[in-house]
Amino acid sequence: MPLNIDLQQILLHWMNLAILTGGLYFLLYKPVKDFMAKREAHYRSLDEEASAKLAEAERIKAECQAKLDGADEEIRHMKAKSQQAVQKSAEEQLAQARSQAEQIVSHARMEAENSRERVLKESQRELRELAAQAAKQLAFHADPFDQFLNLAEEGDDYAQ
Amino acid sequence: MKHRKMSLALWIAAVAALLAGALLAGSPGRSESVREAMRDAVLHDVNQVSLFGLKAVNPGLISAFLVTAVLLLAAALIRVLVIPRFRYMPGRFQLALEEAVGLFDGMAKNSSPHRFRFMGAYIFSAGFFVFVGTLFELLGLQAVTVHGHPITLPAPLSDVNAAIAMGTLSYLVILSGGVASNGVKGVGRTLKEFSLPISMSFRLFGALLSGLLVTELVYYYVNLSFVLPVVVGVLFTLLHALVQTYVLTMLVSMYYGEVSEPAEPKSKKKKADAKT
Repeated sequence: MPLNIDLQQILLHWMNLAILTGGLYFLLYKPVKDFMAKREAHYRSLDEEASAKLAEAERIKAECQAKLDGADEEIRHMKAKSQQAVQKSAEEQLAQARSQAEQIVSHARMEAENSRERVLKESQRELRELAAQAAKQLAFHADPFDQFLNLAEEGDDYAQ
Repeated sequence: MKHRKMSLALWIAAVAALLAGALLAGSPGRSESVREAMRDAVLHDVNQVSLFGLKAVNPGLISAFLVTAVLLLAAALIRVLVIPRFRYMPGRFQLALEEAVGLFDGMAKNSSPHRFRFMGAYIFSAGFFVFVGTLFELLGLQAVTVHGHPITLPAPLSDVNAAIAMGTLSYLVILSGGVASNGVKGVGRTLKEFSLPISMSFRLFGALLSGLLVTELVYYYVNLSFVLPVVVGVLFTLLHALVQTYVLTMLVSMYYGEVSEPAEPKSKKKKADAKT
């Protein structure tokens, strides 16, 4: 063969290269690649774990924020409610006070009316008694006119 | 200070004495002319080495076996002693190993994203073989030919048989990628690049052989064996080891990616357009 090409030696070189490829693959290439893949998986899992924790923290933060927002709303609602209750209570008390005042006024009016009627009746009765007494004295004593005047003076003194 | 000066003077005197000795002793006589040496470096038809007494083979095959043995031994030691102690925060050696694996794996992934596992493993071993095999000639290991002459073992790929084996095996790997991904279409795609095994084989052979010839030429004359080999032998060898490793692995992964790319299904719209 030209250039000293020898098929048998080429086949021996092939065998040599096949042994080398297989040997290097199992002894060096595969273990190193496996280790690199393992390390990559390790760091990826760490990264995923950190991402999950971050997401969890974000979720908790959002929940807390929502709770805080809810609490503000609740406080505002309760404040409004209590203001309404206070206003209602004040209005009730005011209405009650008004009704009591009206009752007192009507009662006082009634009492004043009764007392006026009673005084009127008493003064009429006294006038009747005076008239009766005067008539009585006129009938039994002279000069009834003088007696009437005397009795009237007595009546003024009594009134004073 | 005095002690240092004394040591320096002794070292220079020893180097000068060795140089004078080498020049004065001379050569016992050349067994072959420079023409014969060059011819044998290309063809390996004279200085062959016995393979376990079974057959006389090119010294490149012995070099290839030695390189494989060294690589597998180193890999076994690393597998047993180093890899079990790998940590998530890597040290220097672990980092270097991960970089080497990651380099070829990344190259395979980028060139052939559809199918890259086998490709990564293949270019990893092929790359290491080319790189370490090219640097192997720096060791200057000696062997005895079937005629009893001592020779320096060359880089494995400076043997045309090794280069052809590497080129054709790479072509078969590319073909396997095409078949695995696209079946008969993959075979067609690969066969379109029929010149690939020849070009890959002879590119490797030419590159490695040219380095070998220059080195042979330099070493043939004893007067050129001082200082110059540091540049010619080490720097050039290192450089072209890197370049050849990169070129071979890049070409193989690129062609593998090309033939293993899944064929796009023909859309109905295109068919309809074709009818009209």
